Amino acid sequence: MSKKEDFVKFDKVDKSYDGKVLVVKDLNLDIEEGEFVTMLGPSGSGKTTCLMMLAGFETPTNGEIYLDKNPISNIPPHKRGIGMVFQNYALFPHMTVFENLAFPLRVRKISKDDIDKKVEKALSMVSLSGFGNRMPGQLSGGQQQRVAVARALVFDPSVVLMDEPLGALDKNLRESMQYEIKHIHESIGVTVVYVTHDQGEALTMSNRIAVFNDGKVQQLSSPDKLYEEPVNSFVAEFIGENNTFAGEISDISNGSCKVKLDKGEIIANPISVKSVGEKTTVSIRPERALINPKDKMDNNQKGIIEEVIYHGDHTRVRLNLLGNSEFILKVPNSSQNLDIKLGNEINIGWNGHDARALDPK
Amino acid sequence: MSSEQKILSTDGIPLEESLKQAEKKNKIKAFLLVTPLLLFLIITYIIPIADMFSRSIDDKMVTNMLPKTYKAMEQWDGKELPQEEVFEAFYLDYKILVENKTAGRLQTQLNYEKNGFKSVLKKLARKQKKFEEGNYKEQIMKVHKRWRNVDYWRAIKRRAPAYTYSKYLKGVDMYSNEEGKIVQVAEDRRIHRILWSRTLEVAFFVTLFCFLMAYPIAHLLATLPMKYSNLLMICVLLPFWTSLLVRTASWMILLQQQGLVNDFFVWIGLVADDNRPEMMYNKTGTYVAMTQILLPFMVLPLYSVMKTISPSLMRAGKSLGATPGVAFFKIYFPLTIPGIGAGCLLVFILAIGYYITPALVGGASGTLISNQIAYHMKSTLDWSFASAMGLMLLTGVLVIYWIYNKLVGVDNIKLG
Repeated sequence: MSKKEDFVKFDKVDKSYDGKVLVVKDLNLDIEEGEFVTMLGPSGSGKTTCLMMLAGFETPTNGEIYLDKNPISNIPPHKRGIGMVFQNYALFPHMTVFENLAFPLRVRKISKDDIDKKVEKALSMVSLSGFGNRMPGQLSGGQQQRVAVARALVFDPSVVLMDEPLGALDKNLRESMQYEIKHIHESIGVTVVYVTHDQGEALTMSNRIAVFNDGKVQQLSSPDKLYEEPVNSFVAEFIGENNTFAGEISDISNGSCKVKLDKGEIIANPISVKSVGEKTTVSIRPERALINPKDKMDNNQKGIIEEVIYHGDHTRVRLNLLGNSEFILKVPNSSQNLDIKLGNEINIGWNGHDARALDPK
Repeated sequence: MSSEQKILSTDGIPLEESLKQAEKKNKIKAFLLVTPLLLFLIITYIIPIADMFSRSIDDKMVTNMLPKTYKAMEQWDGKELPQEEVFEAFYLDYKILVENKTAGRLQTQLNYEKNGFKSVLKKLARKQKKFEEGNYKEQIMKVHKRWRNVDYWRAIKRRAPAYTYSKYLKGVDMYSNEEGKIVQVAEDRRIHRILWSRTLEVAFFVTLFCFLMAYPIAHLLATLPMKYSNLLMICVLLPFWTSLLVRTASWMILLQQQGLVNDFFVWIGLVADDNRPEMMYNKTGTYVAMTQILLPFMVLPLYSVMKTISPSLMRAGKSLGATPGVAFFKIYFPLTIPGIGAGCLLVFILAIGYYITPALVGGASGTLISNQIAYHMKSTLDWSFASAMGLMLLTGVLVIYWIYNKLVGVDNIKLG
């Protein structure tokens, strides 16, 4: 089976609720068949609106959405054949688990034997065999969530949408459910569009992540690329932890640049800057900066420890470095002999390649 | 550990006892807190109902007024005219009543039993002053020829027991005849049964109309944005803040033959000016006014239930492939049943005992059983009959409640 490249396609989609503000602006997004794509962004960034437009509960103000090459803007939700998992599960409280799962099959007039078989299969997929006769109210949050996932998959939809499905669960359960949903996706190969504001969730589960902000996709790429190579300062800031320096380009050549800060100068990797004199925000991941580096590095600076927080597997150290008192370092607990004490001065080094000069904030 | 083994608290007292002791103070406090309400309920609800019941079956009045007569009548078989001693006893009893000026009540009571008794008794009251001692049978029979009719004596005998269920029989147009058999009254006098069935019919249709109108309103209330739903809620509640009489009177202004609704119909050419339909003083008026007045009682329970139904349930239904209609009937409607049950029960029970509105706009064909009760309370002063019908109404409501509980379950009621 060859995978279709643009199975779900948003083509120049705009959305406005009140005719004054665009919630989604000029959205272009291609999702491959069988892919797990996450829409990640802060609340109010337009990600849920996109999902609702795909499900058919909102209509695009402009542009068109294609599902398997067919425009779907004028198709009502119940004819789209898209499964959906809602934030609050939306299980039918007056039906048993079995009836909940059988509902999409019954409205499709599938024979009773097939319904029994399919429901049983779906229940075993989410490891809830034997729970068919329970009412949703008798299940725990995690079990309800799994029923909701099973119900969205039981009628073999081509696309499944998930709207912050794990938001109401506690941390441990949320993590195990992340793996469970990922495994279900891998085993049945359905296309999943997932919405969350939790970056950890997005990084764990997705093939690709679309980072939303201000109604626009800021970056669409695989989790590792998103983390390692953010294309702008919003993405760098939003995904993972990030140390920043605001400055001005003083020299640029051969894939490297010099950034003049208020105090001192650093070597950085020019990503979205082109000429001398441009304002920029330099972004460095905490784990790329080393304490007392043995090898020679492009940047070597001295910083004063202002705060030490013990986190179990690592220690967070906040430094005052080059006038930035929010410079964070993560020191693994195995690193010994380091003199990490409040007020000490330590050497910090990082390579120019890891310091990405992005757009100014 | 065996289940019979008693669990002890740290001090060695059985746990159950120490729990009771610890909770005792709170229980007394809680009881004292509800005592005023309890007393209020007993005084304003339980005692009146008990009083109504005793009134409805109490027949001691006649028994106490004619003690000697009933004693003498014990031997009488009721087939032929009673013996001299009965006449004598009756003369003596009646004399005391006339002297005490309380004979009027006896006349009224016996007239219920046998029409025309009142005039016979009044004549006797006038004439018996001149009675001579002895042979009262002859003297009484001379006063009026009806005293020779055994039916009148049977009527007196029927009132002998201190308790009677005859008022209840009368409530369903039945009576126990001279032979003591329970039979129906003559066809042209069966008014109560018509009233009962009309009351049920009106209550049923008013409930139905209320439901049909309230369901969309409640749905709108539950789904509209806050600022519009508040306004709509005020529109629903506005009638609540207006006096019932004012509302009924405004329906009279609207519905009368020269009223606004008729004017409008004539204006748009629906009816001819000289052929204006009667919309008041009949069942139509009762339906229209009662539906409007009872509508909030249906809207509010429905609204409170619909408010709790997450809109994502309908979305989920649609995303799973159900058409909007199927999603409504399979998902939304079943979830509103507790509200429907509560609203229908409330409206039906209120409608079945409705009084002012049918009295004002109902006319002859739109009056209900409660108007009949009020009539007997105020006009005929037959309070025992009014009490009997009141209790029959109360029993009917309790039966409906019981049926409802069997069908839907009272636990499922949600009044919000």
